[in-house]
Amino acid sequence: MKQPFEKVVAQHGDTVLRVCRVLLGAHDAEDAWSETFLAALRAYPDLPDSANTEAWLVTIAHRKAIDVLRARKRQPAPVEEVPETPTALGVSGEPGAFGVPGAFGVPDAQETDLWQAVAALPDKQRQAVAYHYVAGLPYAEIAQLLGGTTDAARRAAADGIKSLRKNYQGAMKEGAPS
Amino acid sequence: MNVTADYFGPPSDAGTLARLRLRLEQSAEAEGLLDVAYTTIDSPVGPLLLAATPKGLVRVAYNTEDHDRVLDTLSQRLSPRVLRSPKRLDAAARELDEYFGGRRQAFDLPLDRSLSTGFRHLVQMHLPEIGYGQTRTYGQVAALVGNPKAVRAVGTACATNPLPVVVPCHRVLKADGTPGGYVGGPAAKLTLLNLEAAA
Repeated sequence: MKQPFEKVVAQHGDTVLRVCRVLLGAHDAEDAWSETFLAALRAYPDLPDSANTEAWLVTIAHRKAIDVLRARKRQPAPVEEVPETPTALGVSGEPGAFGVPGAFGVPDAQETDLWQAVAALPDKQRQAVAYHYVAGLPYAEIAQLLGGTTDAARRAAADGIKSLRKNYQGAMKEGAPS
Repeated sequence: MNVTADYFGPPSDAGTLARLRLRLEQSAEAEGLLDVAYTTIDSPVGPLLLAATPKGLVRVAYNTEDHDRVLDTLSQRLSPRVLRSPKRLDAAARELDEYFGGRRQAFDLPLDRSLSTGFRHLVQMHLPEIGYGQTRTYGQVAALVGNPKAVRAVGTACATNPLPVVVPCHRVLKADGTPGGYVGGPAAKLTLLNLEAAA
């Protein structure tokens, strides 16, 4: 049976936001989250009861993030500081409204290093890392999202993590994931 | 490889998620995707779940009915596009508050009666004819709907009323004058009857 959408948001909202952060950075993550859940709400009645809801949400987030990345590439000189204009959905002056930097609080230097390293990854590696290490999707499903083989998806995730280890020293110094 | 989701920062903070959820609620309403909005209010008969479709108030549920189960049922029977959204229930919450405060005797709310069908629906349509502070027996209500022998069916129609309090099934009593059963439990029924008798 299909549970009320409110529960879907409560159960998967955090994971989807973390996936969006890895895919796009904190800057655009909230926008992608909002578009993902609105699209999911629209399509929810047609989702088969047997479907894996989180994998379905990640698939939608994947598409929304690709839209954002394409839009970015059309604007080769992205502005670092987005002016605080009201958006269709955000209220002007609301802390952390759409596109306002620092929506997740001011990141410390270590976090900044991590996000710079994540942002520097090739798209496929960053996507594979997000879907496997943040969303917990198996490589077979990631392969369907990215195109290509399961092995290629596994390799992309491994290469992404290797590159993060090389370029982001913060976690190593703390003896975190090894 | 021991990398986990937390490698990429801590879980999103509750404030951020609450703000995004609110934004979703607002866009869902604006886009016409909020098929069932709900909220809960406090009352002298315990927390009440209120749910509404765009058509009107569709469900009032006592705590004893288990609000999570009621929401699951609404998701199955009406639409799974169910979100907590108190705004659509503002008028209902206000009128109920006035009713429990003794300042309102009749409800003036658009109702969505799509959860009831057939004879139950017929009985429930007639219940508001029993005025504030009055009572009828199950037999009298059966006669009222033109089927005097259907006493038990009237009892079932009252017991399955999806809009208790607002549609006053609490005003229907047993023939011996005792309150009889109630969807919110006998204590809740007595509370409502006493409230209306005191006015």
